[in-house]
Amino acid sequence: MSKISLTIDDQIVQVEEGTTILEAAREVGIEIPTLCYHPDLSLHGACRVCVVEDLEKNILVASCVTPAVDGMRISTRSARARRARRRNVILLLANHPNDCLGCDRNGTCELQKIAYSLGIRREDVDLLAGERRNLPLDDIGPALKRDPNKCILCGRCVRLCEEIQGVSALQFSNRGFDSIVSTAFGLPQSEINCANCGQCATICPVGAITEVSEINKVWDALEDDSKHVVVQTAPAIQATIGEEFGLEPGTVVTGKLVAALRKLGFDRVFSTEFTADLTIMEEGHEFLERLQENKNLPQITSCCPGWVKYAEHNYPDLLDHVSSAKSPQQMFSALAKTYYAEKEGLDPEKIFTVSIMPCTAKKFEKEREELRDSGYKDTDAVLTTRELARMIKEVGLDFVNLEDEEYDELMGKSTGAATIFGTTGGVAEAAVRTVKEKLTGEPLERLNLGFRGVNETKVEIGDRVVNIAIANGLKNAAKLLDEVRAGKSKYDFIEIMACPHGCVGGGGQPLPMSKEKKDKRAQGLANIDKNKYIRKSHENPMIIKLYEDYLGEPLSEKSHKLLHTSYKKRAKN
Amino acid sequence: MACECGNKKESLDKYLAPLREVLKNYEKEEKYLIPILQEAQDEYGYLPEEVLKEIASYLDLSLSQVYGVVTFYTQFHLEPRGKNIIRVCMGTACHVRGGADVLAAVKDALGIENGETTKDLKFTLETVACIGACGLAPVIMINDDTHGRLTPEKIPGILASYK
Repeated sequence: MSKISLTIDDQIVQVEEGTTILEAAREVGIEIPTLCYHPDLSLHGACRVCVVEDLEKNILVASCVTPAVDGMRISTRSARARRARRRNVILLLANHPNDCLGCDRNGTCELQKIAYSLGIRREDVDLLAGERRNLPLDDIGPALKRDPNKCILCGRCVRLCEEIQGVSALQFSNRGFDSIVSTAFGLPQSEINCANCGQCATICPVGAITEVSEINKVWDALEDDSKHVVVQTAPAIQATIGEEFGLEPGTVVTGKLVAALRKLGFDRVFSTEFTADLTIMEEGHEFLERLQENKNLPQITSCCPGWVKYAEHNYPDLLDHVSSAKSPQQMFSALAKTYYAEKEGLDPEKIFTVSIMPCTAKKFEKEREELRDSGYKDTDAVLTTRELARMIKEVGLDFVNLEDEEYDELMGKSTGAATIFGTTGGVAEAAVRTVKEKLTGEPLERLNLGFRGVNETKVEIGDRVVNIAIANGLKNAAKLLDEVRAGKSKYDFIEIMACPHGCVGGGGQPLPMSKEKKDKRAQGLANIDKNKYIRKSHENPMIIKLYEDYLGEPLSEKSHKLLHTSYKKRAKN
Repeated sequence: MACECGNKKESLDKYLAPLREVLKNYEKEEKYLIPILQEAQDEYGYLPEEVLKEIASYLDLSLSQVYGVVTFYTQFHLEPRGKNIIRVCMGTACHVRGGADVLAAVKDALGIENGETTKDLKFTLETVACIGACGLAPVIMINDDTHGRLTPEKIPGILASYK
């Protein structure tokens, strides 16, 4: 590739041929606002917020889609460029609900931020106010809600769902003023081939796609004296929720998270990591059995409910490969209303289980009819990281300065293996740590799978070489699954996480997100693992106690009843 | 032809048989979506959901992608169409000579709105921008017949001749 030279705002910029004007400007620190552009997605050029002036040709161009050309002279701040950009943003606002106060994205909305930075006021918008859309919401959930009236048609969700997830649940439909982003036939998101991964909600620049909030349900339970409210926190939360309170991505705030939950009034604060360790015990033994019988290999992980629903729709023929182990959330809840209730002498009917998850698919998962093995609905409410942060802010807790506290004992202890569930590659590594040591007595060296979209490695376990692959992002997963379907897969164990980077990049995590932030979050979890005293699930003393006191052994009858599940085939379309 | 989806697989297979004949002539490539939709609509008169699902599976597209294309083009229809298609001209000449009143009279006579089809599937009502017969304004077309110099009073009689 050859270098070209152009001038942007009187600065000479040298870039590779093929670089866009926007990228060239960013290389030298000139910030051009964007809405439809996203570095992880294909170019779209729809919003025209990034217009700049080409001073040679005397025209306005969208900088995100226009390649830089040798000798070009660009102004990002000429009167003409500024006026056009401002007008384009005003036009987006002219058809946008004037509802910032009631919007979940108030404070993280990109449109709001740009309008503020351009000094756009209500009067400017009212001057151009025209016909408004009054379209019905899709808010029946249980995971995601869509408000097409807030949608600015930037198409980021459409591109993400197609290019990164390979699902294409959302698409532009109709035309002109009637254009909307919609599911087929406008069906509710819950009724279609949608994994509920919520990546659309994380990439939406405005509040058009958000999680279905369960905050009020949780407040009601906390205020109800007859309820014993038990909360579990997923591994990824401790390395992400700090961002909501101004901390650097990846800052580990486990102790403050526990303290905040106690202050909010939860009766017991436990960790999903406890049942992540348990998942490893069950899924690991399942894998041992399959290895010995050479049956249903590769075994595919089942802890990601987004992936599980995707599999039910798109690879129903491969469901026998998916581990029957429930996700850690569901194992936890089933035990909370049985094991924990028994230990504490509580009526399980009075126990209300809340999970703090990085995830929107977990909201769908908890509604599954089959996940009632405690005799009750196992999980009562799921809050995303963002929702919990909102509750903490609502009561005015000074999160950053809270004294660290410890999880409650019975279901709060965990190992480093469980912590890394929150990032891509973590479940595979945790499982192999236990499986290898159980079989051979030898500890595992690190797998070092990194945070890439697809990766593979092999581990010698005794005289057998076990081939392991991981994938995050469903389009990446599809590549591995197509091989399995064709009978050409060389792998024995596949870990799949629906969200790029795994749970640290989950649909319920703090916004805005970027690759760099997700790397830092994953690194935060890796550091916890490194520093933990116990790093192997089978050495967790409270897991040993659980088996001794209650379950017997992995894959026992009781384990099967409470900790395993089955899947159903769902239609592709 | 009524959609029998939701019944047995056998009846769905029978229902989709004409579509599968159409699909035989096309490679499984995304670029054939529009010609397939056109042929399917010729076959069924409109594009029922089951037909779109079958096309989506054949081309390995998601249903929402197919739905997006169908709703973009006015030539495609998701609802059954009437035996007779009425096109009321809303062009400039018809507009100044009372096209809106003619449209209102058609709506009244049939009890349907623009874009809708009567329950007995006899008529579908559409408005168009101009049919190029301005000298006859206000004008409507029913199928390939042009009816010009209309007044609202003439509408019931004209419609009756198509029943």
